[in-house]
Amino acid sequence: MQQEVVLAMLAKEPSQGHQLRARLDRALGPLGEGVNAGQIYVTLGRLEKAGLVAREGSSAARADWKVYALTPAGQERVAEWLAEVDWPRPDLAEFHLKLVAAAQAGLADPLGIVDAQRGELLHRLREVERAAMAEPDGSDAGLLLEGILLRLQADLRWLEACERAWTSRRRKR
Amino acid sequence: MNQPSEILVRARGLRRDYGRGESLVRAVDDVDLEVAAGEALAVMGPSGCGKSTLLHLLGGLDRPGAGELWLGDQRVDKLSERALAELRCHRIGFVFQAFHLMDELTAQENVELPALLAGRSPRRARRRAEELLDQAGVADRARHLPGRLSGGQRQRVAIARALANDPQILLADEPTGNLDSAAALDVLRLFEALHQGGLTLVIVTHDDRIAGTADRLVSMRDGALVGERRLTGGARGSLAQFAGLRGE
Repeated sequence: MQQEVVLAMLAKEPSQGHQLRARLDRALGPLGEGVNAGQIYVTLGRLEKAGLVAREGSSAARADWKVYALTPAGQERVAEWLAEVDWPRPDLAEFHLKLVAAAQAGLADPLGIVDAQRGELLHRLREVERAAMAEPDGSDAGLLLEGILLRLQADLRWLEACERAWTSRRRKR
Repeated sequence: MNQPSEILVRARGLRRDYGRGESLVRAVDDVDLEVAAGEALAVMGPSGCGKSTLLHLLGGLDRPGAGELWLGDQRVDKLSERALAELRCHRIGFVFQAFHLMDELTAQENVELPALLAGRSPRRARRRAEELLDQAGVADRARHLPGRLSGGQRQRVAIARALANDPQILLADEPTGNLDSAAALDVLRLFEALHQGGLTLVIVTHDDRIAGTADRLVSMRDGALVGERRLTGGARGSLAQFAGLRGE
């Protein structure tokens, strides 16, 4: 989990760690299983050392009762993060090169590799689709799941293009 | 999850040609296929691969040039037109990409119609239509004409209509083809609920998302079945990994 995410979740109001966790859970739905609670406290500790968050009130004994708030530096960092234009890149080049290398060396059938990958993506698509079906209309997590679905569909379409291309190359040989 | 065992549909050497001589197209070419009772099967392939023709053969909307087709223990490829119409009316439900609702009839009347044609009493047809529209999540649209419904609502009404006579099997041809992502999800949810209820589904599509409701996927190319994949069993990673969220 990126530090900035924890920081931005705190921007709403000073909060305890478990409140941040609840906010993340609502936004992520079934995907929230990937976020462990301990990680949030570790991140808060790091952010505190960096001067981006500060503890409010008396120093409570238990980690989950401490109330954290953004410092001015923290607020600035959140604003920067929101303005950043960044986009995760799907790593298609590696898979593409796998097919090229397999065909050149005659080590494996590119179509077999495409087919295995397609099977894996279809299984993923099924998992995500089922999670999406279980979400109530208008849920935040549903919107994230839709994004993952659309990406998987795009990847599957590319695999179809790979299959067509490698099939016709095989015929030409 | 259902435990499919009994075979509901059995096709052997199914074939359907169009045209003749030079222009002969073998739309369905020697297809063997079995569908278990309670199974959800997706048939996928590019447009023109013959998947719609196959679905029409399975549903008795078209007749094979060769091969055998069984529904339960009844052989259906040799039935008379009348017996085939009877079979379509009572045992098979059809859902089309373009909905094919009657524009002059309300949603409710569309769903009642097959039951009335099958000889049910108006009262019984009406009650069943209300139940089905409710199950499809469009009960509040019962009195609307199709023209006043969204695409997703129309398709859900069409699915309710397909179920009017409690068919053994529901055949769907590109049911999400005309729908946006959210409407498609509603239709998939409905299919999933029907599947959970034990209905047998065969869905022909090029929409990968149908995989979400299917137990098994067969691929079709140039009229032939070229691959099969069982989708139950799950993927190797967690949902969170697919989203790029990973515990460090």
